[in-house]
Amino acid sequence: MPALAPTVSAADAASKFGTMFLGLAVFAAVFIGILLIASLFRGKYAEKAQAVAFAGPAILFIALGLLYPAILTIQRSFYSGKFFDLNAGLGNAKAKFVGFDNFQKLWTTPGLPEVFLNTLWWVLLVPSLATGFGLLYAVLVDKAKGEAVAKALIFLPMAISMVGATLIWKFVYYFNGEPGGVQIGLLNAMLTGVGINPHDFLGAFPWNTFFLIVIMIWIQAGFAMTVLSAAIKAIPDDIIEAARLDGVSGIQLFRYVTLPSIRSSLIVVLTTIAIATLKAFDIVQASSGGTLHDSVLANEFYRRSFVTQEPGLGAAIAIVIFLLVTPIIVFNVIQMRKDQA
Amino acid sequence: MTAATPLPVPADPASEAPVTRAEKRKKRSSANRAATSLSSRTGSLVAIIMAVLWTTPTFGLLVTSFRTQADIQDTGWWNAFGQLDRWTLSNYDMAFNGGGDNATPMGDFFINSIVIAVPAVFLPLLLASLAAYAFAWIKFPGRDWLFVAVFALQIVPLQIALLPLATWFTRVGIGGTFWALWLSHTAFALPLAVYLLHNFMKEIPPSLLEAARVDGASHMRIFLQVLLPLITPALASFGIFQFLWVWNDLLVALTMLGGSPENAPITMELNQISGTLGNRWYLLSAAAFISISVPVVVFVFMQRYFVRGLLAGGTKG
Repeated sequence: MPALAPTVSAADAASKFGTMFLGLAVFAAVFIGILLIASLFRGKYAEKAQAVAFAGPAILFIALGLLYPAILTIQRSFYSGKFFDLNAGLGNAKAKFVGFDNFQKLWTTPGLPEVFLNTLWWVLLVPSLATGFGLLYAVLVDKAKGEAVAKALIFLPMAISMVGATLIWKFVYYFNGEPGGVQIGLLNAMLTGVGINPHDFLGAFPWNTFFLIVIMIWIQAGFAMTVLSAAIKAIPDDIIEAARLDGVSGIQLFRYVTLPSIRSSLIVVLTTIAIATLKAFDIVQASSGGTLHDSVLANEFYRRSFVTQEPGLGAAIAIVIFLLVTPIIVFNVIQMRKDQA
Repeated sequence: MTAATPLPVPADPASEAPVTRAEKRKKRSSANRAATSLSSRTGSLVAIIMAVLWTTPTFGLLVTSFRTQADIQDTGWWNAFGQLDRWTLSNYDMAFNGGGDNATPMGDFFINSIVIAVPAVFLPLLLASLAAYAFAWIKFPGRDWLFVAVFALQIVPLQIALLPLATWFTRVGIGGTFWALWLSHTAFALPLAVYLLHNFMKEIPPSLLEAARVDGASHMRIFLQVLLPLITPALASFGIFQFLWVWNDLLVALTMLGGSPENAPITMELNQISGTLGNRWYLLSAAAFISISVPVVVFVFMQRYFVRGLLAGGTKG
């Protein structure tokens, strides 16, 4: 076995780390400077100066890095034109005001209605199945021997990047199109093993979308399992003991004691996964880039904005994602408030 | 958005069941025991099947990463256990350093990921803890509605802010640089970070701070000497969450670095070669595990903070 001798360009690496330390130094210097200046104020203005120095930079960052760009995107969605320009719509020849045209394109552009349908499948299947599997596993391993290890196995996909997860599954799904060729992908090897023709899992429409959905379920089940396991452990022992003494069976115990007790955690998990699903673009991107009738909204935002250079349409899609996510988050927050009260 | 996790209630071994129930238990015990052991046996079986299903995909690619190019093409990875003498690290060598069909050593992108992630964790932590302190412990006009606004901005999906930001960075001459990534990751992290750290700071007894105020300590001193040590666990949780978020991010990197692949993080390169290297699994498998190694090490050694941070940041993005 050859040793892993780093042959990566050392000078290049040094200059990159140099940039990193420069960046850290600049950030640190700026904030120490701001705090020092603020501390010079005395008397009436001292408290206000401190408040500005402490909270100002974060607020400025959020306003300029999140709020203002969001407003620009909303504005952009009403303009045509190829390139994204900050001056778009301010009398710029490259872009002109087109009203709701970009939003109309959402259903008139060929391929886009399909994207909405795919996204619907994702949002229906991923939260429900990931939560279902997570809950099942949490109940089954609760208080079992080796619970911590058992949970870590399911949780691990959550730590991996979605690109990495997709690559892992691409290998499971791997399809050798050559007639009679060796199938080195696990699933196709199993199919050919029992005499069924191999299947192009990620290529063949319409089922490819569902095989991508499996990847997201695989990732999110660990999240569901962790939150629900904590909720199950929080159920007071005497309730469970009392039910058991009354001769309640395992399934009845789950139905009448466990499930009602973890209802609010279940809602939080379902909504959180739904939001993550709506925003996830990496899986589709790393699989086909959404070119095999398997695109979703989050991927289409990227594709329209950067690949096909239709920033107006991309902006409209981003706004649709925003509008879809907002009610779920608001519901989520209200639910959590109710919980804490 | 916090997915509040209730603390597990410790079992009380002293609690005694009422006599009637104890008698009932005796009557039904034999039937019950049979039912329980049956259900627990099926239950264990289901749990084991699930655990196997969940780990096999990762395990298969991991085994593949130690096989030779020829072996990978000729037989499925499950045959590798009969060929233990042929296992090799050369895939990792080629993937990390270049060689074989690999023109772009992962090592370069690994370094990029570190260079991107460290300031992208440090900066939001610094800014958010200062802002959280102000929102929690300094009185100033408009404080409450500003905090609500910061909290509410968590609903903005980063898609909606990406394009204008990227355009802006290009305008001011930092398009495609690490600076563009540090600044955008910071902006996207702040609403959640400020909210979480504020909640944590509010938990600290006011008497502690008032005592320091009476002694004439400045906010800066209170922040550094009293609060910072107390909120270290929260900083660790959020820091680890943010580190892994940045390490695993693809969207922000693709948007900000579209035309500058030399600064790309490892996820972006992995996404790239998963298309261009197609079926060269000897490289893809090793490259995938080089990129996965960091989150897995963090996960194994800092599981407690990691899970806590992840639960708290579930809806970020």
